Amino acid sequence: MHRVLSWLLAALIAVATPAFAADLDPLVRALGTGTYADTEKALAKLAETGDTAAVPVIEALQTGDLHVRKADGAVVVARKAGNGVALTDPLTGAALGEADRSAVEKIKINNSLRRSISAALGALTLMSPNPQTRRQAADAVFKSRDVNALEALDTALAKETDEGVRRAMFQARAAVVLNSSAPDADKIAAVETLKARGDRDALALLNAAANSGGAEVKAVAERAIASVEQRLALWGAAQNLWYGLSLGSVLLLAAIGLAVTFGVMGVINMAHGEMVMIGAYATFLVQEVFRTFAPGLFDLSILVALPVAFLASGAVGVAIERSVIRWLYGRPLETLLATWGLSLALQQAVRSIFGPTNREVGAPSWMSGAFELGGLTITYGRLWIVVFAFLVFAALLVALRKTAFGLNIRAVTQNRSMASAMGIRTARVDALTFGLGSGIAGLAGVALSQIDNVSPNLGQGYIIDSFMVVVFGGVGNLWGTLVGALALGSVNKFLEPYAGAVLGKILVLIFIILFIQRRPRGLFALKGRAVEA
Amino acid sequence: MSAEDTLLYLDGVSVSFDGFRALNSLSLIIEPGEMRAIIGPNGAGKTTMMDVITGKTRPDTGTILFEGGTDLTALREAGIANLGIGRKFQRPTVFEMHTVWDNLELALKAPRRPLKTLTYSATRDDRARIEEILDITGLSPKRDRQAGSLSHGEKQWLEIGMLLAQDPKLLLVDEPVAGMTDAETEQTARLLKDIAGKHSVIVVEHDMAFVRELGVKVTVLHEGSVLAEGSLDAVSANQQVVDVYLGR
Amino acid sequence: MLTRFLLMGLDKKAGVLLAVLAVLAVAVPVMALAAPPDSPWHLSTHTVALLGKYLCFALLAVALDLVWGYVGILSLGHAAFFALGGYAMGMYLMRQIGPRGVYGHPVLPDFMVFLNWQELPWYWHGFDQFWFAALMVVAVPGVLAFAFGWFAFRSRVTGVYLSIITQALTFALMLAFFRNDMGFGGNNGLTDFKTILGFDIQAPETRVGLFVATVVALAAGYTLASCVVASKLGKVLVAVRDAESRVRFLGYETERYKLFAWTLSACMAGVAGALYVPQVGIINPSEFSAASSIEAVIWVAVGGRGTLAGAVLGAVLVNFGKSYFTAALPELWLFALGGLFVLVTLFLPKGLLGLAAQVKGRWPSGRAMAAKPAGQKGI
Repeated sequence: MHRVLSWLLAALIAVATPAFAADLDPLVRALGTGTYADTEKALAKLAETGDTAAVPVIEALQTGDLHVRKADGAVVVARKAGNGVALTDPLTGAALGEADRSAVEKIKINNSLRRSISAALGALTLMSPNPQTRRQAADAVFKSRDVNALEALDTALAKETDEGVRRAMFQARAAVVLNSSAPDADKIAAVETLKARGDRDALALLNAAANSGGAEVKAVAERAIASVEQRLALWGAAQNLWYGLSLGSVLLLAAIGLAVTFGVMGVINMAHGEMVMIGAYATFLVQEVFRTFAPGLFDLSILVALPVAFLASGAVGVAIERSVIRWLYGRPLETLLATWGLSLALQQAVRSIFGPTNREVGAPSWMSGAFELGGLTITYGRLWIVVFAFLVFAALLVALRKTAFGLNIRAVTQNRSMASAMGIRTARVDALTFGLGSGIAGLAGVALSQIDNVSPNLGQGYIIDSFMVVVFGGVGNLWGTLVGALALGSVNKFLEPYAGAVLGKILVLIFIILFIQRRPRGLFALKGRAVEA
Repeated sequence: MSAEDTLLYLDGVSVSFDGFRALNSLSLIIEPGEMRAIIGPNGAGKTTMMDVITGKTRPDTGTILFEGGTDLTALREAGIANLGIGRKFQRPTVFEMHTVWDNLELALKAPRRPLKTLTYSATRDDRARIEEILDITGLSPKRDRQAGSLSHGEKQWLEIGMLLAQDPKLLLVDEPVAGMTDAETEQTARLLKDIAGKHSVIVVEHDMAFVRELGVKVTVLHEGSVLAEGSLDAVSANQQVVDVYLGR
Repeated sequence: MLTRFLLMGLDKKAGVLLAVLAVLAVAVPVMALAAPPDSPWHLSTHTVALLGKYLCFALLAVALDLVWGYVGILSLGHAAFFALGGYAMGMYLMRQIGPRGVYGHPVLPDFMVFLNWQELPWYWHGFDQFWFAALMVVAVPGVLAFAFGWFAFRSRVTGVYLSIITQALTFALMLAFFRNDMGFGGNNGLTDFKTILGFDIQAPETRVGLFVATVVALAAGYTLASCVVASKLGKVLVAVRDAESRVRFLGYETERYKLFAWTLSACMAGVAGALYVPQVGIINPSEFSAASSIEAVIWVAVGGRGTLAGAVLGAVLVNFGKSYFTAALPELWLFALGGLFVLVTLFLPKGLLGLAAQVKGRWPSGRAMAAKPAGQKGI
């Protein structure tokens, strides 16, 4: 990656400054003549120009791709292509056609030359006008810990103005210093610099320093190691917490619709997973429409998919409630069987329409990529899902607590006949409540289409987890579902490093089975006579 | 009176549900062979009292002793039932898919362990006892009917019959005449009085006429504790009781 | 006493069923071995294995009906007990292969050699003996069911919650058996069996022998279940199903009764699984899937919950339908199965046998069926 980047950069610069390229040409040509010492001299001159256009040439030399064309003595880059080699100009990168392998001769390098090459490369890239290149160069030095680069680093540091690059250079310098025979005082300063850096690379360097340096360096390094390890453990925990939060929000999304249908209405909907699946396929369809008619607006497709998925899953939910579930109220186990049957039929329907294979659902640009937060790496996709899960949760909470519809739902679930007597159309409320739960499952499908395979089996993967979350949190309690989802997500992720993903999951299942024995009504259960009835 | 001589001894029993105190330091003593009527307005804690005695609900605090020595709070429903405490629910609960005969056979005093019941077959004595109970409850002609097909009153009687078959030392009877006709009520009162000779009985009832017919000592519960105790006439004259019932 | 116990359990339906099984036990061997291959009466080994498979499922259905139909415990985990019995038998069959495996290791099954294992895990010892494997077929599901039931029933987990945690149990087991580290062949499970008790497992005679063994097991399981159900213990079980707390107040420790039925049922399911494996030739973790458990539930529902004969009937009918559909119209099978779930729960709450009884009840001479009003108390 780094090399490709510097190639591109170099190519750009080469195009922008043809005059320099012309000046470099004889110096490059000199690389191919004479002994190792001659090559080294030519290299030194090339480095002295301070022209970053020379970087790809030197890199090619380093990797052994730089050759002399026997016919005219021109220095070219030759890379294997088919039976022969493909030639390119080392400075401009322009293609020079193909040739037989015997038509070129490799410019050989020895160890002394190899060191000079690193130094020259370091010096050149550290001086690059582009701060990103300079930073990469500094990072490269940090990794190589090449003592030869020290001088170049110091020169570059003296000129460096960018704060970030400066820090990277300082750290690189510290790494080099620890690797050199510098006096202890310098090494101790270097240890401090690395301690401030505090990541796993720094830890490796500090360990090396602790094992090789003098007594004083050793003591300082060990203290630094302890401090870095502690810091890393904290970041590790934070990363696990984030993964847990991320998994928890996925569980929350999958379970929250169930918290309505199962938790509030007491309906066991085994086809809940298929509602999620329908949401995911709705996303796929919306994206197809965007791809066909408005590819430029693709980034908005997810936003359009949200209401579409909600309505699609919600409509299927209402249809299921009206046609099947309403005949089975008060018979939970039979509801379980009937909805399981529906889930089989829905899966097969989707399989017949869309085929059994995974469907491609793309991520909008604002959901791709990642950023770093201290020692954490956070992908935008996951971040949005966490945010989305909490938004859906909050919206549902408000809908149930603050709206007239929510009041009706609570009235009907708490005392059906009384609600009916008050003029609430209970059948309608049942259908709409079930539709709401299913619609939320559809919303979950939109989010899950971003992180999971969109296939007819999508829902199957979530149904057991969702029930676990709702039962663990306490049926009929939305906050319980929230806490349940986050707790199970975190426990899962904290177990994973020790037990592995599968065993971790098994342990969580066993934990829940045992937990339900202790508290059959979940974490936040209502107590009292009402629930006994 | 010391706890040893009592059949049932409740002292300082409290239960609360979500902050609501259903029983508030309730104390009650039942002597062997005694019949007692418990009255009180709705929410006075009558059913909860039954629940804590029979092990359905565990009290938060307090002592419940049976026959002076056995701590009922440490036992579960089945264990308490096997000590000799029978219970009739407010709503008649019989096994609807079983015949009347089978209902009585299930209730009949006999070993209760699974392997014993697997190999059980009714002895001549068992059958005679069931016949006797069928006669007492007047269900003899309906012995082969499924209990689910009985009328409300018949179910009540069957349940009382099941209590008799259980032959408990103490019977807890929750509103036995709710929903009964006057004639049925009278018959039920007679039946209970017959039982009272051999067993101790606690009857929870709203129906004052029925309580008067029983003619036994009355305990008035209010807000989870005992408000008054004595003959029906005595408690009826008690000003506090009047206030509670009239909601003043 | 035993005869009385038996007589008590065997009603008319049981008589019919046992007679049918007896006919099968005679007719199938004759048709498979004595009839010439070109005769229309000839049964191929494939058909014999298929029939044997149906009867294994029928035994599983009887086991499930014992807990669901009579105690009201809707188990979504019976496939797990079935699979555990199957794995116990599979382990015996793997050990029987001996040095005839692909890698030719004298003791280790192929998949262990493939995983570079050096010695047999401790829990594979003893399975070279048939008697030990046969014991484990019953003991492993039994002990698991006992432990699970002991916890679950004691803490009074009932109804839907119980169903959900039985499903979680199965799911956990499936994940576990998928792991290679568990030492049960991971994804691929156990297969490539060669011999059983020294007989070639592919030979028609062995197939017929396995079929007859299955008939005997089903007859025995059915008889045992009928006797249990007809005993006073069976009456307690039904009472627990309809009004559990009332049974407690009569002094019965309902937990023990449920535990008895549950464990017995799991053992029967284990036997069914053990007979299933040699006839289909493979056992893998997908047997643990939630779908297999729930499919077993629908067999019982189709035939008629709470009638053991109905469970047998339902298992055979649904599986025959499955064989037919998956061959003729594979696309439609899941629609058919899904529709069956919905139709049976909506329109046939008592299953086919219940329907038959109702139809019979219409005739003036028929005995009126005092049915519980549908949907009153649930399951």
